[in-house]
Amino acid sequence: MSPPSRLAASARQALAVDALERPARKPIRTRLAVTIAGFGALAVAAIALAPLVGSTHISLSRAFDRSIPFADNVDAQIFFVARLPRVLSGALVGAALAAAGVVFQALLRNPLATPFTLGVSAGASLGAMLVLIFGVSLSVGPFSTVPLASFAGAAVAAGIVYRLATPYRRAMSTAVLLLAGVTLNSFFSALIMFAQYFADFAQAYRASRWLMGDLDVGSYQPIIAAVPLVAIAFAVFAMLPSALNVLSLGPEAAATRGVDVVRAQRLAFFSASLATSAAVSLAGPIGFIGIVVPHLVRLLVGVDHRIVLPASALFGAAFLVACDLGARTLLAPVELPVGVLTAMIGGPFFLWLLVRKG
Amino acid sequence: MAAGTKRLIAAALVLVACGAGLVSPAGADLTRSAPRLQSEKARIVSLVPALTEMFYAIGAGPQVVGVGSFDQFPPEVATLPRLGALLDPDTERILTLRPTLVGIYGSQTDLQAQLARAGIRAYVYRHGGIETIYRTMRELGTATAREPQAERLVRDLQARIATIRTRVRDRTKPKVLLVISRQPGTLREIYVSGGVGFLHEMLEIAGGRNVFADVARESAQPSQETILARAPDIVVEVHAEGMFKTSSVQNEKAVWAPLSSLPAVRNNRVHVLLGQHLVVPGPRFAGGAEALARTIHPAAFNR
Repeated sequence: MSPPSRLAASARQALAVDALERPARKPIRTRLAVTIAGFGALAVAAIALAPLVGSTHISLSRAFDRSIPFADNVDAQIFFVARLPRVLSGALVGAALAAAGVVFQALLRNPLATPFTLGVSAGASLGAMLVLIFGVSLSVGPFSTVPLASFAGAAVAAGIVYRLATPYRRAMSTAVLLLAGVTLNSFFSALIMFAQYFADFAQAYRASRWLMGDLDVGSYQPIIAAVPLVAIAFAVFAMLPSALNVLSLGPEAAATRGVDVVRAQRLAFFSASLATSAAVSLAGPIGFIGIVVPHLVRLLVGVDHRIVLPASALFGAAFLVACDLGARTLLAPVELPVGVLTAMIGGPFFLWLLVRKG
Repeated sequence: MAAGTKRLIAAALVLVACGAGLVSPAGADLTRSAPRLQSEKARIVSLVPALTEMFYAIGAGPQVVGVGSFDQFPPEVATLPRLGALLDPDTERILTLRPTLVGIYGSQTDLQAQLARAGIRAYVYRHGGIETIYRTMRELGTATAREPQAERLVRDLQARIATIRTRVRDRTKPKVLLVISRQPGTLREIYVSGGVGFLHEMLEIAGGRNVFADVARESAQPSQETILARAPDIVVEVHAEGMFKTSSVQNEKAVWAPLSSLPAVRNNRVHVLLGQHLVVPGPRFAGGAEALARTIHPAAFNR
């Protein structure tokens, strides 16, 4: 098979639902338990091991020694202030983006969909750009200026796309959704460039650095702000998998199978947008996770969303934590933008898996 | 066909002749007149703030007819036409001003080619260390026939730097983290001076030891972990005015509080300095070095 047709086959496979209709080799509960145990172990291992490694050598016994005052304990500060927040935000962002990617791919019935396809990240970026460039300072509760502005931008973008795609309480048209999202992406990108054009160099550079993504969040506060939003999104995700399986067939087919298409689509859109907005406001638009992790997981476990969705969330968490470990150690003492690494590591690995499976 | 070709060749010859006729007087003017005379009549455009400051400092200010979008100093530039900057030079308006010398940055190769085609001299500049600042001043002196003024400026700056060095010579050198950029209000996306460039050299003159001297780059983004591990005694942030509001400087210092194991934070030695003279590698850099020295060794200036 030539590479293009192989890609096409994989794309079909991503959406293929006939696979679901074949009798499962094992009951779904067993497969789910095995998958979650496997990917869960991977995620737990990544989250537990990553804080132990870094650009500096620290003594763990000193880090956990309560008898030394925290203010004097460099090892404890490196562990609890520098490393742990990074690992936790990496896990949160990785899980949110990977799961949102799965949901968007099913909702849009398009294997190329990412959490950023519908303009959510462009809206978030515009919000962040504006406060970075115009030096606005605002904060509400645990949200500081940039996360707040990017979350607001994401909400505005999602709101616009939603309004455009749901005119009369009918099912969303995936074509309209896609077109609206792509157009909004371009429009917001133009506004971002417009704003950057009027910024001075330092501001423009800071703004473009934000676009590369960064998990060095510096404290637990932004994580605490993002956790409830991601939790709500995941609570909705938990209700979605069966509906997503049927939605992948198309709205008409789904309706004939007794799925409330309008409700399922709206829940999917809302939850995936919420997860994406929270992730982007925490760490900037870290690319590639939302598209490659779902496909990687599908290549490994098949296309049933009841398994793909939790497996992707767990694998996304492990993958981003691992990439960030590379980002903070490879060029130490200097840092590498994590968004650069996700694609540099994930791309070749994904292609290798694609060719092998094809 | 043959007739057509002949006509074309004839037309080309006419064009060349015309061109030669048009070009030669100007060319003759450029080459034959004494360079000194020509340079005094120079019309200068400078797109780089550091170069603009240097032109004014060597007394070529009255000849400057246009500046870049980000030029703020000296105040006289406020009334001059703004002609774009590094990424968006307005070639058409630059040409309209009929400059004879245009100061541009090294990466502006397209503009350089356009100026060459228009027969306009370009002074191509790139940031470097303090030696680059001195060399650039001398070269601008030559280009504008103001060598004595440029030489005097360089000597003056060298003397001021020597004075600072003398003042801090016998002091123990604290470990200093020199921050040049970060996201306001948080400790995210911190950029620091590495061991290359005029900021690093200014820090060494001011009697500080750069904790990232081992990074062979002008700017680097370290992780918080590395900053904690390097344990600077003093944190100095230098930003152009407008990066932070003067009223928010206290809040910006306070964002360092979570890194309480840093000696700088424990001993209340986090300083935020604002001012273009700290970040523009021009004739005001000696003032920037002095501000750094006063911050790092206040006792050395209290006599």
